[in-house]
Amino acid sequence: MRIMAQMSMVMNLDKCIGCHTCSVTCKQAWTNRAGTEYVWFNNVETRPGQGYPRTYQDQERWQGGWTLNKRGRLKLKAGGRLKNLATIFVSPKMPSLDDYYEPWTYDYETLTTAPLQEHTPVARPRSLISGEPMQIGWSANWDDDLGGSAATAVSDPILARVSTKIKLEFEQTFMFYLPRICEHCLNPSCAASCPSGAIYKRAEDGIVLVDQDQCKGWRKCVTGCPYKKVYFNHRTGKAEKCTFCFPRIEVGLPTVCSETCVGRLRYLGLVLYDADKVLAAASVTDEHDLLEAQRGVFCDPHDPAVVREAERAGIPRDWIEAAQRSPIWSLISTYKVALPLHPEYRTMPMVWYIPPLSPVVDAVAETGEDAEGKGNLFAAIDQLRIPVEYLAELFTAGDTVPVTGVLKKLAAMRSYMRDISMGRDADPSIPAAVGMSEQDMLDMYRLLAIAKYDERYVIPAAHAEAAHGLEEIATECSLDYEGGPGMGGSGPFGEGSGSNTPLAVENFLALKDRQTADEVTPTGGQGGRVNLLNWDGKGSPPPGLFPERKDPS
Amino acid sequence: MSGVLLWVVIPYVCLAFFVLGHVWRYRYDKFGWTTRSSQLYESRLLRWGSPLFHFGILAVFFGHVMGLGIPESWTSAVGISEELYHVMAVTIGAVAGFCTLVGLTLLIYRRRTVGPVFSATTRMDKVMYLFLALVILLGVWNTVAGSVLNLNGEYDYRTGVSEWFRGIFLFQPKPELMVDAPFGFQAHAMVAMLLFALWPFTRLVHVLSVPVFYLWRPYVVYRTRSDRAGNRAARPGWSPSDDRVRR
Repeated sequence: MRIMAQMSMVMNLDKCIGCHTCSVTCKQAWTNRAGTEYVWFNNVETRPGQGYPRTYQDQERWQGGWTLNKRGRLKLKAGGRLKNLATIFVSPKMPSLDDYYEPWTYDYETLTTAPLQEHTPVARPRSLISGEPMQIGWSANWDDDLGGSAATAVSDPILARVSTKIKLEFEQTFMFYLPRICEHCLNPSCAASCPSGAIYKRAEDGIVLVDQDQCKGWRKCVTGCPYKKVYFNHRTGKAEKCTFCFPRIEVGLPTVCSETCVGRLRYLGLVLYDADKVLAAASVTDEHDLLEAQRGVFCDPHDPAVVREAERAGIPRDWIEAAQRSPIWSLISTYKVALPLHPEYRTMPMVWYIPPLSPVVDAVAETGEDAEGKGNLFAAIDQLRIPVEYLAELFTAGDTVPVTGVLKKLAAMRSYMRDISMGRDADPSIPAAVGMSEQDMLDMYRLLAIAKYDERYVIPAAHAEAAHGLEEIATECSLDYEGGPGMGGSGPFGEGSGSNTPLAVENFLALKDRQTADEVTPTGGQGGRVNLLNWDGKGSPPPGLFPERKDPS
Repeated sequence: MSGVLLWVVIPYVCLAFFVLGHVWRYRYDKFGWTTRSSQLYESRLLRWGSPLFHFGILAVFFGHVMGLGIPESWTSAVGISEELYHVMAVTIGAVAGFCTLVGLTLLIYRRRTVGPVFSATTRMDKVMYLFLALVILLGVWNTVAGSVLNLNGEYDYRTGVSEWFRGIFLFQPKPELMVDAPFGFQAHAMVAMLLFALWPFTRLVHVLSVPVFYLWRPYVVYRTRSDRAGNRAARPGWSPSDDRVRR
């Protein structure tokens, strides 16, 4: 037994309203740079839909993740080590920019410089890649809310597997949102695909990161990841991926996407697992057994034997306590309502989902029946094959039994809690029908419906108060110092080359400059850019902020 | 005298640039040490051009290791006759050189005509392409003109250029061997040396990162911060254990 700790996430899909706040704040925090215009570490997809990049779930096409070879051993679906190296000169299964989308901006300048004319001037879209005018035809969420899906959703690889006859009816049937980040897998195929060994899993908290200095831009990780959550920065020539906001996690703060989630649907916490069992669990023959196999890898943090082993493995006491209070452990293993996304990729993903009951509730409500009555919901879950099968393709490799089980638990919780909130007597037969005690039901309700900040996010701080060093990475692109390569200029060997000035040094120098200068330092950014964040209102405003003052004389 | 300058001084200077340049680049610019792939922009032409060029140049490289590194006496000792060696070298060399040239042409065409690829091309890239193309052209010319068409009469580079090349590394420079070599070989060697001097300052550094260790290393890499773990400043005993949780 080799106990390791994994920082992981559960998302409650019933609560997702598809507002994209997580995506936008994540983008602002991490990928708001040249080279990553098309990159969304966090994206929200409407299901059914093609996803981002388009049809990424079709592994026959993209060859991501793991598969079993003839002897039943795990191998990369894109090919073993030799094949991986042999195809290094051009990656055969890498999505092109068209599969993501061509990022663009608008030619806003024409709005102010256009001459007087009969028609209002229009800011036309321009490609951020080539700079040419372009026709916008796709984006990271082009089919949001099933927009245009009559034409595009037929290409949904999941829908294609579920059934052919429902394709025309699904719009009346169901729709839900699927927010996605990197899965920070226990058996990451991106790391396994990386020829340079630049992608690594942190032994302390299991966060999967790319070493930017060691990455040589071979692009194999992009193919290797079945979730297509490793991206190629086309300016720096390096791979980048969701970092699980590790600088925040290290100091006990939730990730940006969780912190800003409007629906409060994200849970963060530790899971203890037995690293020795991972390979066997990822290699089970029947895809339907993968869910149970992965649950079997996790260790009960309340078990004294596990605690002893964890301490022996050097996991600090407060981490073990955090694992015991972890909402992730409760949702995955105690209540068993959370399910992994695409376990059949065999990467042992660690961002799990509580499947949405809403499509079923909506369907019942449309019939005019009581949409929260236990009987009606249970019957609907059994009858509404399409949503259940679709969810099963996402979360259980097509096995409808676990999905039905989860949905029934959620349905039972609604009925049970309705009695209580309506002032009626609680019906103990409802939790019993789904194999739960009344106390469990109440606890689950609390976790799913009420849980406050510190119950949703149980994050032990890292045992290295390296805040000083972490600040370099945490707060800003470390290349964005004045005159540095991140500021639009480029180093001697192209974008992003050359050593970087650490942020703290830069701040220190700037501060010193301000304090010792005779007058307030002008804050005008270079290249005509105005950085309002640096202007404290003192002295002259940055050039370009206000029109030139007329001479008072 | 000029022979010493051209074929002793310049080789060592270029070699120094190559070695020290890489050391410097590695220390100064680890982040910029990458292939700078442009596959995301365009892959239709790259799909053909890149493997053609890279596999071709690999074959050319191993051909040079054979031709320059292994003395003629060794190959004849194992029973490979002079004629057999040359037939082999010329055919394999010509095919590999041709593939390299076609691949490079495709890649340069792509780089010039595909807008995003062109705008991602640095000045250093252009210089590098110039030297690279020149070296390859001269090399193919030497193979075709020298050995196939016999334009310059017989020249056995294995007793000329090769011995000079080995002499450089054995610290027994023999510049006279290069002075006597045909112009094509002289030019090829000179441009190649300049390319090696440029090497560390171009995207060619990715050649030194050939990821052969991938074949042996464990699939999943773990890294630990343990060297820093446990050095958290001790908190006073009266502070609540959960003081980081926001309320």
